[in-house]
Amino acid sequence: MTTAQDANVFEPTVYRVASIVREFEDVVTLTLHPEGVQRPAFTPGQFNMLYTFGVGEAAISICGEDEDQRGFVHTVRQVGAVSQALASVSEGDAIGLRGPFGKGWPLSEAERGDIVFVAGGLGLAPLRPAIEHVLRHRSRYRRVTLLFGTRNPRTILYAKDIERWRRQADINGVVTVDHADAGWRGSVGAVPALIAGAPFDPRSTVAMVCGPEVMMRFTVASLLDAGLPAERIHLSMERNMKCAIGLCGRCQYGHDFICKDGPVMRYDRLANRFSVREI
Amino acid sequence: MNTLEARLRAHPLFADLGEAMIRQIAACARDRHFDAGQYLFRAGGPADEFFLVREGRIGLEAHAPGGAAILFSTLGAGEIIGASWLVPPHRWMFDARASVSTQTICVDAVCLRNQFETDHELGYALMARFLPAFVKRLHATRIQLFDLYGGQAR
Ligand SMILES: Cc1cc2nc3c(=O)[nH]c(=O)nc-3n(C[C@H](O)[C@H](O)[C@H](O)COP(=O)(O)OP(=O)(O)OC[C@H]3O[C@@H](n4cnc5c(N)ncnc54)[C@H](O)[C@@H]3O)c2cc1C
Ligand code: FES
Repeated sequence: MTTAQDANVFEPTVYRVASIVREFEDVVTLTLHPEGVQRPAFTPGQFNMLYTFGVGEAAISICGEDEDQRGFVHTVRQVGAVSQALASVSEGDAIGLRGPFGKGWPLSEAERGDIVFVAGGLGLAPLRPAIEHVLRHRSRYRRVTLLFGTRNPRTILYAKDIERWRRQADINGVVTVDHADAGWRGSVGAVPALIAGAPFDPRSTVAMVCGPEVMMRFTVASLLDAGLPAERIHLSMERNMKCAIGLCGRCQYGHDFICKDGPVMRYDRLANRFSVREI
Repeated sequence: MNTLEARLRAHPLFADLGEAMIRQIAACARDRHFDAGQYLFRAGGPADEFFLVREGRIGLEAHAPGGAAILFSTLGAGEIIGASWLVPPHRWMFDARASVSTQTICVDAVCLRNQFETDHELGYALMARFLPAFVKRLHATRIQLFDLYGGQAR
């Protein structure tokens, strides 16, 4: 059996929508099974280009695989034409898929130390397979913390998974929301504000961060304040993509192409570009 | 050093403060425990205390007249609750309530303000610690106001 990766990199492989979970009004999680080929392997943090026929293509992070490892799982928020088409599919529909692409999270580098995952909103999607990896190899890591910021208690993505990570894997999972009513017993506030109180040893910690860029900027400042060196802070960057294989330049970010040099990038490599508005 | 002084020093805000100043603050301070749901103070009341959280979590709430309470911030171990005791007219702007069982050190602000009047060095040392804490919180509040996650794909 060939794998989907053997095909021409510009030619999407046909996948079928095997299941759909509506997370919120504008967010769905899709499980996609390849047709007639084996699903290629992926590393946590990579993305696929999902193509809805007749509409177009968008980069979407791989947020997991199904139990029999047959398919890819993707979470999509509808913001424009392609994501809206992806959010409106039915079971059995065909979707074109190219990938996986890009560099993932530094999970081997993080072994034998503490990990701090920091996610904002849908930024939890590309971190989810990294957290599942830690869960499968829990003894390789020391203290593991997940700080997750979202709008309100009704928009907690993967709430059941977060509960399971806390229970099964001794992961210190803190969800913080921007606002809540007085019945909420959890944390309220911006996610970077949680870093000072998180249990990690800055001398042996790797931080993996994904969320809106403004949130990542403040998160990096708090991590540096806490004593974490820039080279152990990793961010997943987002720029619009076209070819996804480093040819077209659409995703250029300074001297890097996010599609092949990223999306996960070390902060010390992008520090001088990170707050430049024009890039 | 008695235990209250040791507990004051264990709070990150005062970790690098000299012994004499710790003693001065301790003279105005006492331990206070709050059960989950118990109020530390209510909006409109006199702001004549502030609290250093040792353990637990405190929620800050605003009430619209006749409406439900909005929880807009929670603060935990290592943080300070209350800023209104620093600025006239010394009245609380919001309610503060323990979200879970919470241990604090409660500082009598009138006692401390009186010490500031005669001991400017103490006043300066404390302001130099309070101000960064409050500015950090102001920045964090601004990030909350951006509503980052709603309209964003990530
Ligand atoms: C590496 C990578 C991983 C990604 N992972 C995911 C993922 O897991 N799930 C997901 O839903 N999206 C993800 N995205 C974002 C997604 O690729 C874009 O949102 C894409 O532009 C959607 O295409 P569209 O045609 O629906 O919207 P477009 O027509 O491209 O955009 C429509 C409108 O939405 C705005 N917009 C576009 N992207 C965003 C955004 N990210 N946030 C806020 N507004 C935006 C545009 O400015 C425009 O106004 C990822 C992007 C990258 C680069
Ligand atoms: S998308 Fe073409 S170079 Fe990155």
